[in-house]
Amino acid sequence: MAEPRIALARVTKTYGAHVALSEASLTVQAGEFVALVGASGSGKTTLLKTINGLIAPDAGEVRIEGEVVGALAPHLLRRRIGYVFQEVGLFPHLTVAENISITPKLLGWDKTRRAARAAELLDLVALPQEMASRFPAALSGGQQQRVGVARALAAEPHIVLMDEPFGALDPLTRDALGDDYRALHERLNLATVMVTHDMTEALLLADRIVVVAQGRLIADGAPQALAASHDPDVAALLAAPRRQAERLRARLGDTARLGETV
Amino acid sequence: MSPQVGAAFARLPEYLAWHVLLSASALGLGLLISLPLAVAASRNRHIRWPVLAGASLIQTIPSLALLALFFPLLLVISAASEDLIGYGFSALGFLPALLALTLYSMLPIVRNGTTGILSVSPAIIQAAEGVGMTPRQRLFQVELPLAAPVIMAGVRTAAVWTIGAATLSTPVGQTSLGNYIFSGLQTENWVLVLFGCGASALLAMVTDQLLGLIEAGAAKRDVKRAAIGAAGILIGIVVALTPLISFGKPASYVVGAKNFSEQYILAEMIAERIEDLGGEARSKEDLGSAIAYRALASGEIDVYVDYSGTLWANVLNREDNPGRQAVLEELTKQLAERDGVLVLGSLGFENAYALAMRQDRAAALGITTLDDLARRSASLTMGGDLEFFARPEWQAINEAYGFDFRARRSYQPTFMFRAVTSGDVDVISAFSSDGRIAADDLVTLADPRQALPPYDAVVLIAPDRVNDARLLAALRPLIGAIPVEAMRDANYSVDRDVDKLRPVEAGRALSQRLGLD
Repeated sequence: MAEPRIALARVTKTYGAHVALSEASLTVQAGEFVALVGASGSGKTTLLKTINGLIAPDAGEVRIEGEVVGALAPHLLRRRIGYVFQEVGLFPHLTVAENISITPKLLGWDKTRRAARAAELLDLVALPQEMASRFPAALSGGQQQRVGVARALAAEPHIVLMDEPFGALDPLTRDALGDDYRALHERLNLATVMVTHDMTEALLLADRIVVVAQGRLIADGAPQALAASHDPDVAALLAAPRRQAERLRARLGDTARLGETV
Repeated sequence: MSPQVGAAFARLPEYLAWHVLLSASALGLGLLISLPLAVAASRNRHIRWPVLAGASLIQTIPSLALLALFFPLLLVISAASEDLIGYGFSALGFLPALLALTLYSMLPIVRNGTTGILSVSPAIIQAAEGVGMTPRQRLFQVELPLAAPVIMAGVRTAAVWTIGAATLSTPVGQTSLGNYIFSGLQTENWVLVLFGCGASALLAMVTDQLLGLIEAGAAKRDVKRAAIGAAGILIGIVVALTPLISFGKPASYVVGAKNFSEQYILAEMIAERIEDLGGEARSKEDLGSAIAYRALASGEIDVYVDYSGTLWANVLNREDNPGRQAVLEELTKQLAERDGVLVLGSLGFENAYALAMRQDRAAALGITTLDDLARRSASLTMGGDLEFFARPEWQAINEAYGFDFRARRSYQPTFMFRAVTSGDVDVISAFSSDGRIAADDLVTLADPRQALPPYDAVVLIAPDRVNDARLLAALRPLIGAIPVEAMRDANYSVDRDVDKLRPVEAGRALSQRLGLD
């Protein structure tokens, strides 16, 4: 079997008396889309940030494509990993094209190559080319997060980390962007780890769902496998989407299409 | 245009050039120090408080005091460096002014810089780390560009403060637009004071507007606008500094003057006499009383006029009074031995401290001597110039006569005379050669106990000029040549309210009257 893209072995992180992560182990292969699900404060974001070195674990080991994370300079590691988060964090003083090509620039790509890459990525995230010269403030929330995704993919990473990436968007935009990203993930054969507190989103997008509670990984499997779990925490997490789905079916009838009612 | 304004305009290129050079250097140096401090303060909250508190503390020191404090400090450092590496530097003029103004410019830049960097949103910082920036790249590519408008606002404030405070560098011997204000204040030439204030305010406003263009350019990511502002600043500095190419070369002789009319007049006379003999001369005016002698002893200035009693008390720290001739002889000997300074001789008049009252008031109270004054002092108010009550002369007469004034007030000399004529105070510390004594109908009170030392005006020569034949030839004819009446009239021609002469004109008139031209 090929070297896993991401491998966490017994990773522990504590803040004073609070245990944020307790001996968490997780392996992600190329092509896998993993959702980390859990309540706020469960440790899922801490887990994500140990992968790109934004948080250094107290114990345990993180490997990226076989290399130990602590042994690499953190900024070099992060240039190899795409990172998308809820607040987007576009640089307001840079144009859309400059935002997208920031990591290539840090890597020393020349100007023509960067411009070509920015144009390619605008297509990839379905934004018109004329946006290249605009500043982030002139974009809608959905457009900004599309730029955020483009920026994460610009340096052709093998790994993308997403922290509640679509949480601040309206439902329609969220749905569309989620689908578009899923298609990109497959096309580029990425390893994606997405943090979300929304089980429905996780079920709709991910191949594998990892449930985090009090710093421990309490379940890890495909959506169907999770549905069969007897763990009460996991069952509780699945109860809400199930109830919603049943209610929707009852209200709309089998023939109604969702789009017309929103 | 009145001749006064015309004369003021004639000096503008030189004063403005020095003012711009001083303010721009101070601001540039301030930026160089403040920005790294701001970055450090924003990175580390343990040093944030001390840095900001330190900058605020400097701001609470009155700017004039800050400027004055650098003189003794630099003297000590210069002496130490001369001991260590055999090279000293000037403790007077540009350097103390530059250092004080640099310190003064720091607070707004440090404060705005820290605030600006800290106010970059955490999401942007997280993104900068996420895309793989090093801390340095994050600072230069994200934090500083985003904080630039706030930092520029701080630079604008600092620029306006610095340009305003630079007028105060005149008393430490640095030419600036403050020369108009200080000499105008001394000679009651309010047109000159207004001219200086106006010039400095206009300079501050223009600078503020140009820096405002840079600030707006930074805020709106408008490179063109920022470039216009920056080009305006640069061109302005270059144009303002061009006169220095001719004015800036060191003069062969520097004539010192303290901050009152008699000193200006005598300095102008001396400078003209040096120039008549083919030397180049520049005056360094408005030196503080204590600074002037030290400046001479260290060679900052080459010649100036001081008064025997002042030197006796302040330089030799003597409190006794062996009489006029003995004081002169002792001074000549001691200053030569101690500092290598040459006392060339007395000009022929005394400018002694004398207590003066309005003639009518003195007559009504029956006061003619300091003994009479002491008897009535409990019901009287005494006015002194800014240094009088701290001087040994005050101590001496106070001990000799036992004054017990109802109140004591300090004034700038010009206002002290106003205070006594208007009756705000009953008696003032005047100078015997002051033209205003006669003009304001004042009488000086006799000193029967000889508590006040003599104040012969003496010409002092710096140690490295004592054998300068041209300088000595220029000055020798002045010795014993100026009677007190002539000096009094010359002083009054500058101090009076109407038909005022400029010090240089008064100096020429005095030379003419005494047949010295």
